[in-house]
Amino acid sequence: MNGAINDAPALALEDITCRFAAREGGAAYTAVSHATLTVRAGEFVSVVGPTGCGKSTLLNVAAGLLGPSSGTIKVFGEPLRASAGVNERAGYMFQADALMPWRTGLDNVIAGLEFRGMSRAKAMAQGEDWLRRVGLAGFGDRYPHQMSGGMRKRLALAQTLILSPDILLMDEPFSALDVQTRQLMENELLALWAADRKSVLFITHDLEEAIALSDRVVVLSAGPGTRPIGDFKIDLPRPRDVSEIRMAPAFVALHKEIWGAMKEEVLKAYQRQKAA
Amino acid sequence: MRLRVLQFAVLAVLILLWHLFTAPGLLPNFYFEQDNRAAFFFGEPVKVFWVMVDWFTSFEIFQHLGVTLLETVLGFVIGAAAGLGIGLWLALADTASAVMEPYIKGLNSMPRVVLAPIFAVWFGLGIWSKVALGVTLVFFVVFFNVYQGVREVSPVLLANARMLGASRSQLLRSIYLPSAMSWVFASLHNAVGLAFVGAVVGEYLGSSQGVGYLILQAEGTFDINTVFAGIVVLTAFALVLDAVVGAIERRLMTWQPKAGETETSSLGAGEARGRFSRKWATSVRNESYNSRLSCSVSRRRSLWRRLSPPSFRRMLPNGWKGRWAVDW
Repeated sequence: MNGAINDAPALALEDITCRFAAREGGAAYTAVSHATLTVRAGEFVSVVGPTGCGKSTLLNVAAGLLGPSSGTIKVFGEPLRASAGVNERAGYMFQADALMPWRTGLDNVIAGLEFRGMSRAKAMAQGEDWLRRVGLAGFGDRYPHQMSGGMRKRLALAQTLILSPDILLMDEPFSALDVQTRQLMENELLALWAADRKSVLFITHDLEEAIALSDRVVVLSAGPGTRPIGDFKIDLPRPRDVSEIRMAPAFVALHKEIWGAMKEEVLKAYQRQKAA
Repeated sequence: MRLRVLQFAVLAVLILLWHLFTAPGLLPNFYFEQDNRAAFFFGEPVKVFWVMVDWFTSFEIFQHLGVTLLETVLGFVIGAAAGLGIGLWLALADTASAVMEPYIKGLNSMPRVVLAPIFAVWFGLGIWSKVALGVTLVFFVVFFNVYQGVREVSPVLLANARMLGASRSQLLRSIYLPSAMSWVFASLHNAVGLAFVGAVVGEYLGSSQGVGYLILQAEGTFDINTVFAGIVVLTAFALVLDAVVGAIERRLMTWQPKAGETETSSLGAGEARGRFSRKWATSVRNESYNSRLSCSVSRRRSLWRRLSPPSFRRMLPNGWKGRWAVDW
């Protein structure tokens, strides 16, 4: 990391607007409008918002997969242009399965290292190590379709973290899991994050998950034209156990406060969906 | 095992009927006026058998089979390589595919067997005119599958690989190619069969060697038994080729879920479609290409629904949304 810009935020989205061209004749759809969001180095920020509000769009912009219509993105102080390639300091964990079905577990984990030109033997050693860290030791020779949903998520986590990205972008990574597996995965994520304190931008529609994991929770307005409407600091003590912390009075108070801000937007989104 | 016995029983009954109706003097005539007419037009299984025994004991057949096999393999390899290369190129280059669309459509609609005489003039009566015919037949099958395979690569998979740092050529190698290969293998059985057709039809139209040549010669002397012997040898040979392709496919496609194995992800539904489904799938794919060069998945899906018998559809896992289900 460069010393001179060390205090620059890991990720700064400034005044981002995303318009999508409409299909045949309709008006352009503004998914995100004038959104500003920062993630400091080592900070765990969750973004919550009603369904279909453009959370993933915002994350894709941060990843450099999608160029915004206007606005700038800065990564550790340096501007990012989607035309010049993706955000190289970020790892992205997708909502949907993104593992290569034709590669075994181990080959999936080391894919990023291979793309970077690391020798196979060295990559394999690191891959085995990461399989162990996500609790998949001995499953390296299985194909993704032979694994359960939870195992595939761990594999995806190892695939992303093996490259040791400075910023971790997560798009509802655990939404497809059952509640028990989900809490296990959340705890594992917290443990891995505590080990080297990456900056995390975590997208979810689940407020409880957001509060349990984060340092800060940002609430988005209902789409179209999404922008942040609330920013809440979560000062619950760490280390946390996500299944226990839900019972803590401070947690309940925070939940009440943030839900108060969110409720109106959720209802708005619901009405809009019903009307459509 | 029981199944095998029944399968052979069908064959035995067919051959027995063939024998009963054609053996001179065995049954009273009911259609032809003379005893040996039926045998003249339809051959006799016993004589067909002895022709084959003669071919194999005199080793005469091996030279002809070798030539036909060589033509098949060359036609298949060249056609598949060209289909793969051009399919990849057109699927990844939008302008080029838009420009080439009417020509590809036209060439595919053309009955390409009529090219055989032209190839004979261009490449002579040796093996290359047959190879050329095989290439034109194989090319389109492989081309359409590669094209569709590349077009339907999951966008999430691509985005993930890009985030992991894959360059353009690495995307091609580790995402596009493997993804297209699963479609290519689905069409490989068809492709090998067509290469074989190209070789035999080419030989039949003019040659000095090959099984098609043997058939042509026998036909010239009204030797119907030898014609049938040639057909039987060709059929057996085609089955062997198909088995070889199946073995290669099983070896290379180990990553795909097999029927009966729990399918936890929604991809690779290919195996679940059952044993006759390949042809369905291929025709659906070609159809969707013809309808519009840039693929429309939903259209393909609805075509698949319309064309596939209900029994196949029932075998699909719940919530099947095409080969690669994508939630973006």
